[in-house]
Amino acid sequence: MKASIIVFPGSNCDRDAAVALRSAMGSAPNMVWHGDSELPDSDLILLPGGFSYGDYLRSGAMAAHSPIMREVVRRAKAGTPVLGICNGFQVLTEAGLLPGVLMRNATLRFICKDVLLKVERIDTPFARHYTPGQVVRIPIAHKDGSYFADPATLHLLENENRIAFRYCEHDGTVTDAANPNGSSDNIAGIYNETGTVLGMMPHPERLIDPAQSGTDGAKMFSSLVETLH
Amino acid sequence: MKARITITLKPGVLDPQGKAIEGALHALGFDGVDGVRQGKFIEVEVTENDPERARAEIERMCEQLLANTIIENYAYELEAA
Repeated sequence: MKASIIVFPGSNCDRDAAVALRSAMGSAPNMVWHGDSELPDSDLILLPGGFSYGDYLRSGAMAAHSPIMREVVRRAKAGTPVLGICNGFQVLTEAGLLPGVLMRNATLRFICKDVLLKVERIDTPFARHYTPGQVVRIPIAHKDGSYFADPATLHLLENENRIAFRYCEHDGTVTDAANPNGSSDNIAGIYNETGTVLGMMPHPERLIDPAQSGTDGAKMFSSLVETLH
Repeated sequence: MKARITITLKPGVLDPQGKAIEGALHALGFDGVDGVRQGKFIEVEVTENDPERARAEIERMCEQLLANTIIENYAYELEAA
């Protein structure tokens, strides 16, 4: 499997993502600078977390128009799997690859903590090593993570089974109390129509090794490697 | 020409920052304050001198980058620079 991580000015989870991919793939991913217009052959494109362009204007708004993004959008539309984590999710919505928008947390606070997620779907390249309805623990670290979409879009996401993860309680129930940031319908991550583009606020790359106190994030990378070889 | 662009959250979109500002105004004793919404103000100078073409250009800028039309409305005034 060949993977490329797009590095924007202000990305700060690109190296964590590289470590996670390398430990799953056994080889290093390509690190591709946002100003490049050529993207190497890739089975997976990863947009990492961070604060691209200092979150100027809106989180992800500037990065969505970086030179490399034209090629990322083209590959995504041609079916190449794309994973956007945190700021990467914000970039995917601003680039129009995923619907909705990530708004300021309802608490107005930057939240950095482990949260529990219900795995809503496992029939995608990202999630096959999870089990349906499984509750996983993965950290969030963001201030603009409140997922918003109009009621028609939320309805569509629900009907098309495009919700990837929801913030939940230990037993998997989806409650307001488990919603850290005010996201509509407790949405923590969504897929595009084909299940090949995933945007999520939590950081699976931050829990891949027992030394990090958990490995629930590792299954996403092992799923990708098994699916994409 | 110079455009003064105002970007506001659409009605109904939750604005926790506006709410926080409202709370602070109340704390300062401005009891008659309600419905505070926060937005953005952007000034842009364009070399285009034809108002109609300048308007079209400004609107494209707003649609493509300056506003996220899922959650935001934009309005602008155009004046000779």
